[in-house]
Amino acid sequence: MGEWRTTEISMENCEISSISQVTMSPSRQNNLMSMYSLPLLKNSYNVISAFCTEDNIPQCISYINQELSSLGLSTCIEAASPGGASLNTMPALNAMYELIQIHRRTMCNLEELEKEQLKKSSTLEHMQMSNSRLKDQLELSMREKSGLHETERQLLLKIKTLQSCLKTEKDEVQKLQSIIASRASQYSHDAKRKEREAAKLKERLSQLLVDRKDKKLAIDVLNSLGRSDGKRSHWKTAKATASHESEMYKSLLSDYEASQRSLMLENAELKKVLQQMKKEMIHILSPPKPSNRGATANDSQQGNSDGEEKAGDSSRETLDQSCEHAREQLTNSIRQQWRKLRSHVEKLDSKASQVQNQLESNTEVVPRETHEEEMERMRHEVQQCKEFIHTQQQLLQQQLNTSFDDETAALLNDCYTLEEKERLKEEWRLFEEQKRNFERERKNFTEAAIRLGREKKAFEEDRASWLKNQFLNMTPFTDRRRCSSSDGQSALSIKSEPEIRMSSVKAPMSKSSTYTAFSTPKPSQSAAFPSTTELYRTLRLIPDGSSSRYSNRGRWQESSTIDDGDSRGKSKLRGRCGDLSIFSLGEDENSLT
Amino acid sequence: MNFSEVFKQSNQLCKLSPDGKYLATCVQYRLVVRDVSTLQILQLYTCLDQISHMDWSSDSLFILCAMYKRGLVQVWSLEQPDWHCKIDEGSIGLVSSRWSPDGRHILNTTEFHLRITVWSLCTKAVSYIKYPKACQKGLDFSRDGCYMALAERRDCKDYVSIFVCDDWHLLRHFETETQDLAGLEWSPNGCVLAVWDSCLEYKVLLYSLDGRLLSTYSAYEWSLGIKSVTWSPSSQFLAIGSYDEKVRILNHITWKKIAQFEHPATIDNTKATMFKEVEKRPAVGSDEMSLLNISVGTTLFNTQSKYEIYPLPVQIPVVKPDPDRANPKIGISVLAFSSDSRYLATKNDNMASAVWVWDMQKMSLEAVLEQTSGVRCFQWDPRRPRLALCTGNSKLYLWSPGGCVSVQVPTEGGFQVQSLNWHCSGDSLVLLGKEQLCLCYMDSD
Repeated sequence: MGEWRTTEISMENCEISSISQVTMSPSRQNNLMSMYSLPLLKNSYNVISAFCTEDNIPQCISYINQELSSLGLSTCIEAASPGGASLNTMPALNAMYELIQIHRRTMCNLEELEKEQLKKSSTLEHMQMSNSRLKDQLELSMREKSGLHETERQLLLKIKTLQSCLKTEKDEVQKLQSIIASRASQYSHDAKRKEREAAKLKERLSQLLVDRKDKKLAIDVLNSLGRSDGKRSHWKTAKATASHESEMYKSLLSDYEASQRSLMLENAELKKVLQQMKKEMIHILSPPKPSNRGATANDSQQGNSDGEEKAGDSSRETLDQSCEHAREQLTNSIRQQWRKLRSHVEKLDSKASQVQNQLESNTEVVPRETHEEEMERMRHEVQQCKEFIHTQQQLLQQQLNTSFDDETAALLNDCYTLEEKERLKEEWRLFEEQKRNFERERKNFTEAAIRLGREKKAFEEDRASWLKNQFLNMTPFTDRRRCSSSDGQSALSIKSEPEIRMSSVKAPMSKSSTYTAFSTPKPSQSAAFPSTTELYRTLRLIPDGSSSRYSNRGRWQESSTIDDGDSRGKSKLRGRCGDLSIFSLGEDENSLT
Repeated sequence: MNFSEVFKQSNQLCKLSPDGKYLATCVQYRLVVRDVSTLQILQLYTCLDQISHMDWSSDSLFILCAMYKRGLVQVWSLEQPDWHCKIDEGSIGLVSSRWSPDGRHILNTTEFHLRITVWSLCTKAVSYIKYPKACQKGLDFSRDGCYMALAERRDCKDYVSIFVCDDWHLLRHFETETQDLAGLEWSPNGCVLAVWDSCLEYKVLLYSLDGRLLSTYSAYEWSLGIKSVTWSPSSQFLAIGSYDEKVRILNHITWKKIAQFEHPATIDNTKATMFKEVEKRPAVGSDEMSLLNISVGTTLFNTQSKYEIYPLPVQIPVVKPDPDRANPKIGISVLAFSSDSRYLATKNDNMASAVWVWDMQKMSLEAVLEQTSGVRCFQWDPRRPRLALCTGNSKLYLWSPGGCVSVQVPTEGGFQVQSLNWHCSGDSLVLLGKEQLCLCYMDSD
């Protein structure tokens, strides 16, 4: 028992350890599982060998019963016969069943728990990871912070040095300014000194010159002149100075008067303009007022404007009387009127803009559409006209070209031949179709021939048997010949029907398709010829000589390629070699050029 | 268009009399006076030395010839050929001599700008004006000849003195708010005096005749400032050309800027017309050779040129000035209003080959004339809106609102037009070469 228990515990340990290992490395899980399952088997075998022997069955039963009751199971296992080796099956089975149930449940629980454990462990891992990541981030930001701190410190240092620099510069500037100022004062002082010295020197010089009584300093005039105004010169008297003064003032006065006059004139002009403006303003503002007021229904404004008008009138009246009085009134009234006019104009403006907006929103939309339509139509027309003109030009060009040089004329001629070729091609196409139909017919014919051959064989067998039987005196050769010809005729008569059908189908096909198609029948034809002839030969439907017809035909085709130029427009057969005429076109061109 | 024959001249001393009747030219130490209509010599005067300056009096009766090296001025009368006058400035030297507006006084500026001596031809009286400032334009007479404005420098300060020209009475004397006054100019109506500072500071001051400061204008600070200033003939505008390659127009009522004309290297103003001079070497045909074989030397090497209208935008060649040198070749150096104040012609120094014409009514660019070589001189017709210009070659260029023409001066020996002067009637033009001159008569239409 104890052993089993220990194993159980060890098993559990193992399981736990395995789980813990699983969380460590999921790749080893399978191995562990197998490891787990192996000791279990061993244990069970050991238990069986150790637990119940033939001797201790009742003890075992009682023990199991005890265990069962301790597990809370009511069923108790009894021996089938007291002291017997066999068990009473029903309760034992029940107990087993219950045990299995319990076991299952526990297993289920275990599984769930394991799952939960896994989940938990994974979340734990996730948490750890995120934790480590966050730690990293924290470290990084810490480092950044320290870096920023460092740069800040450096910048602060820089600022400090710059500030000190600034201070020194400022000091320098101040010093320089003071130097400049001192120099300027020094300079001005020196200049003054020098100037004074110079003045002194000048004084001295003039003194000296005067003292020396310079003889040279003289005027030598033949005879004195009269004054330019013809008057005699005056004595310098007080009266003269007074007259000078008065004259000066006179001239000044006259100048001022002149300027005043001009200003008066200007003023008068401006006043006139102002008056006129005012008058016109009043004129403009007064007539539409009733209607305006009706629109705005602003009575207070009306009263105001009336008052203003009166003021304006009064000012106009008083204008001539007293300038100073009138000026203020005039300017005031003008100002008011101006304000009125401005507001009126603004109102009008806004109204006009509104109206315009309405117009734009209402009426403008429809015409715009029509206008656009019209425009589109016109554009279209223009485009058409342009195209027309272009084509006309082209045509004109062509015509001019053809009329002017021979080469182009030849080319144009070539155009006609091309047209002809086109027509021929069409014919060739028809011929091609016919050929194809013919081919099909031939196929049908071969099939029919094959069938006929079989029939013939059967018939011949029949005839052989019949000959055997009848011993008639007949030549088999003539008979066979007659039969084959009649079969051929019937085959031809059959063929006419699909030909019609095929042509009707092929008619709507485009030219280009025929172009691409025209080369294909040839190889098929050539492939088909030998097969059919061989077939015929093998079937001995036709004598060996008849094969010459096909070869003949092929030869004829070849010859037609050579004398294609001559054979044009000769007969129907010519149409059949239309495809070859395409190659001959190059020849024609060469000859033309 | 007709051209006269070529006459000799020296030092480009050649002037038409204010009344337009006479033409005075200096040849070495001789003064030749010709009749403008006939070009015949009327008078011939001989001076004591080579003439360095010559000028007509306002009444066209006297001619002043200055010989700066000798410190001498000689005056000649046209009516009285025997009359003569000689003014000797002596050892003090002479740098400039000019007529007073009445034509009876001569103002001589001595060396070092020690003083200005005013000589009267009527009374032989002499008067001195001390402390004149040596500057770009330190002296200006009003258009009517009544007043003279003079820049002075005393105690390192700038002053302006206004004299009455009649008797040289000092009318006003006032200090100006300038660091270093560079020039002054009366408005054509004689009521406003424009005063501007040196190029170190952009500053324009406008003074009334009685010395009141009317207005001050400054466009910018710190960089080089004003290069040229011109009044419009109507006194309506004051055009200021500056080193920033712009022209600013001030109005006469508020003295504020009303327009600014820029001179960009790429013209994309579609309303303007671009005239570009295109040179063409003449094809030397055999017949041409035979026809002009006398003047082969000149015609062979003279190139034909014509104007072509270029579609805008157009790139104008720009010469970058050397920043290390003083007086850089950049900015608007010349400004000229047409006689009717309708157009303004300008020249930007770093685009020496281009003349810009601006419409003063539309306040916009009207035309640009791009020449093949640098523009030497341009002047407006005193009667019509017509601009004549020369570029130091043998051609004369004319612009008018109708278009542009280039005219070959048909003279022998490579006449190169260095400068030009309009006759007061606007019918003819004096073209000055290096040693020669010739008159150009416009077609009167």
